[in-house]
Amino acid sequence: MKGFKEGFKTGIPIGLGYFAVAFSLGIAAAKAGLSPFQGFLTSFLVNASAGENAAFIAIRESVPYIQMILITVVSNIRYVLMSFALSQKIDPKAGMLHRLLLGFYLTDEYFALAISQDGYCDPFYSYGAISFAAPCWALGTAFGILMGQTLPFKLVSALSVALYGMFLAIIIPPAKKQKTIAVLIVISFLSSYLLSQFTPLSESTVTIILTIVISSLGAVLWPVKGEIHEE
Amino acid sequence: MKNSIYVYILLMAVTVFIIRVLPLTLIRKPIQNLFIRSFLYYVPYVTLSVMTFPAIVRATASPISGIVALILGMIGAYKELGLFKVTLICCISVLLLEMFI
Repeated sequence: MKGFKEGFKTGIPIGLGYFAVAFSLGIAAAKAGLSPFQGFLTSFLVNASAGENAAFIAIRESVPYIQMILITVVSNIRYVLMSFALSQKIDPKAGMLHRLLLGFYLTDEYFALAISQDGYCDPFYSYGAISFAAPCWALGTAFGILMGQTLPFKLVSALSVALYGMFLAIIIPPAKKQKTIAVLIVISFLSSYLLSQFTPLSESTVTIILTIVISSLGAVLWPVKGEIHEE
Repeated sequence: MKNSIYVYILLMAVTVFIIRVLPLTLIRKPIQNLFIRSFLYYVPYVTLSVMTFPAIVRATASPISGIVALILGMIGAYKELGLFKVTLICCISVLLLEMFI
């Protein structure tokens, strides 16, 4: 239960960030004609910012169902990689229910939490964070649909960097100890900027391409020996 | 013909669930292949980095406050202040800066 409490505390900033992002997502959902309940349901079931945004645009355009599936696959494909990576952080003895739950709630942030732990991840640490942050995500979407643009723009602007602050808190400390990670972060920043600035590729596509290319580069140049989950 | 929003939501939910859960449930043993292991080890850092920059600069009302949030956040993270404090530093720096910009 200590893990759950710790996780819950960590879930508070995640939840605040989620609420802000989900709120702006709700504005997109309203344009697609979703009711607050439908927005709540989508966010409760899906938990993916880029994926949901792409899907709301698809709903607005009344695309065929098959295209909806395609869009969902493309905009969420990075979770396949994360799911593979997370499979290495879960105790092989952990039961199916843990795997289903951690998979259902596999977002960038919960993933980062699991990865940032030493050794195998504690599922209850994740559940603690999820129990606060997941309702924020679903409610944020509903409120976004309901209240539209009434929240002060500057507040949304400030809240929207919360997620990135969290990402930084996760990637920078290990980079201090391991220079290879620091180098990969710099390469990632630069190439992400170049691709987003000078190609028409979507954010989600850029994420997929660069994740595969740069992680492969790292694996070829600096293979990681020893037990990965002990890093 | 107007498609049903509930069917869209269902399709999306099922597709995402399969994507997220399949690898997690199929792979139970540590992977032995050195390349794949190293690749998976680096994936999270690369993915999070790619998604952070330049997105953080574009998320704010003014790019300047985004850059300041990035720099202060990196300093805070380097000093290992933890998730909550680093996140707060980023949010507050944007809020304060955008009051004056």
